[in-house]
Amino acid sequence: MSEITQEQVAHLANLARIALTPQEIESLTSELGSIVDNVAKVSEVATDDVPATSHPIPLVNVYRDDVPGATLTTEQALAGAPDHDGSRFRVTAILGEEQ
Amino acid sequence: MAKAKLMDFDKALELFEPVLGFEVHVELSTKTKMFSDAPNYFGGEPNTNITPVDLGLPGSLPVVNGEAVRYSISLGLALGCSIAESSRFARKNYFYPDLAKNYQISQFDEPIAFGGSVDVELPDGRLFTVPIERAHMEEDAGKLTHVGGATGRIQGAEYSLVDYNRAGVPLVEIVTDIIYGAEADAPELAKAYVSTIRDIVVSLGISEARMERGNLRCDANISLRPRTAPGEPPAKLGTRTETKNVNSLRSVERAIRYEIQRQAQILADGGTITQETRHWHEDTGTTSAGRPKSDADDYRYFPEPDLLPVQPSAELIEELRAALPEPPAARRRRLKQEWGFTDLEFQDVQNAGLLVEVAETVAAGASPQAARKWWSGEISRLANARDAEAASLVSPADVAALVSLIDSGALNDRLARQVLEGVIDGEGTPQEVVDARGLAVVSDDGALIAAIDEALAAQPDVLAKIRDGKVQAAGAVIGAVMKAMKGQADAARVRELVLERAGAS
Repeated sequence: MSEITQEQVAHLANLARIALTPQEIESLTSELGSIVDNVAKVSEVATDDVPATSHPIPLVNVYRDDVPGATLTTEQALAGAPDHDGSRFRVTAILGEEQ
Repeated sequence: MAKAKLMDFDKALELFEPVLGFEVHVELSTKTKMFSDAPNYFGGEPNTNITPVDLGLPGSLPVVNGEAVRYSISLGLALGCSIAESSRFARKNYFYPDLAKNYQISQFDEPIAFGGSVDVELPDGRLFTVPIERAHMEEDAGKLTHVGGATGRIQGAEYSLVDYNRAGVPLVEIVTDIIYGAEADAPELAKAYVSTIRDIVVSLGISEARMERGNLRCDANISLRPRTAPGEPPAKLGTRTETKNVNSLRSVERAIRYEIQRQAQILADGGTITQETRHWHEDTGTTSAGRPKSDADDYRYFPEPDLLPVQPSAELIEELRAALPEPPAARRRRLKQEWGFTDLEFQDVQNAGLLVEVAETVAAGASPQAARKWWSGEISRLANARDAEAASLVSPADVAALVSLIDSGALNDRLARQVLEGVIDGEGTPQEVVDARGLAVVSDDGALIAAIDEALAAQPDVLAKIRDGKVQAAGAVIGAVMKAMKGQADAARVRELVLERAGAS
């Protein structure tokens, strides 16, 4: 059985800005535990000579030429914005620190 | 904000050893962004140089800019790093509107370059080797403007406006290893290190490297550890602070000095250093507390599923290695020696940003001293008067041609200055200006002798003095002849002839 704890789930939910009720945390802890257990089974059959894979397709070095293409107009860019000042996106004051 | 107590710098160094680390972000000057084909240009109207990729719109996919990869490899090689056979991108997750995706594409566990070092020249000429841990590729973030706060800063702001033109601009972040042993040179080393990185990226031609525009940004990490008695093991590393956004060479130096003095006083008073970011304030020359280390620094990195690994071929790496320019510090030393300049002469040329011009003028055949004299003298003066860059006024080849005309006796300095103005005003090469303006010195001895005889006849007293052996009296005659020749004579030749004629007549 995996060692996913309710504290870990609450921590991850906080990092991901997902509000969870105590009941949801409890059920997710159990569900995530099952998922981790299932994934762990793959490790059992993967021998040492199988490298960790982050991409299923054996492609590398897919590059774009350094040539400018079409850009959005400001109107297009702002079309889906909840709020803007005509040229810039407007967001609520951000608490905390400039990155 | 209470003013921090500062310990005297020398006293702080007696008690503590400063331990440094730097993160320098370099914006690459590719034509397009890191993962989209939007122009890599963030001046101008907000939100005009963006594509759906830069806004993280649903369905958009990033594609790596191959040129940015090549620039990054070149930079890694110039930093003495190994280039990873395989590196990959990762998502750095955080919630802040400077990136619309809620993550930054960066590199985490597999950077493109690692394990290098950079020789940095301290002001007194000593070399200090700064160890480089890694250099990795990532994308820049957009620009936020906070509105409604008393100072325009984030505190008290009512809302923020976001311009994504800069979002996605290619960056290389250069991370040093822990730097020990800088001691009292720590502030100067910090400045010299950033300056060296700037020289390197400029010589590679991969970044504008203008610190005031944010093309090159430095975060400076510093901690202090107490000194221990000889024979005892060194003390544990102290808690570090990270001073952000130090955007001039002078500020890097000042910020390090300030943090050493601030931290030393806190530790000496029995306090503890908080691990936090600190903000540098150029106006007051101080830092203030920013964000403490917290949960928010858990970025939940994971491999970027939309991008494929970067596996540069050995051929490409060797091709880029072969094309590397000479390291700037080595080049400076070599040139100074080859040219035989004094420290002062060399610094003048270097500080005026004329090293390349002088080098190319010398390569085109001029003597180093003549090249220096014209670039640091008349050309710089004209550049000043015209509010232009000296290098933009005239080519090194033309300066070398001008020097050659002087050396051959075809021009004297006064005429050469006129020719230079002609060249700058677009009248052609120095020779063409000489021909068009008829500026060559009169090398026809017959014409000179006629003028000399006339001048000697007009000043019999001078003639008598010369015959008495008072050679310096010849100056008056030489002046008269030069005037008669409208300056277009070689003064040295005129002097020879005056003495000859005075003796012969």
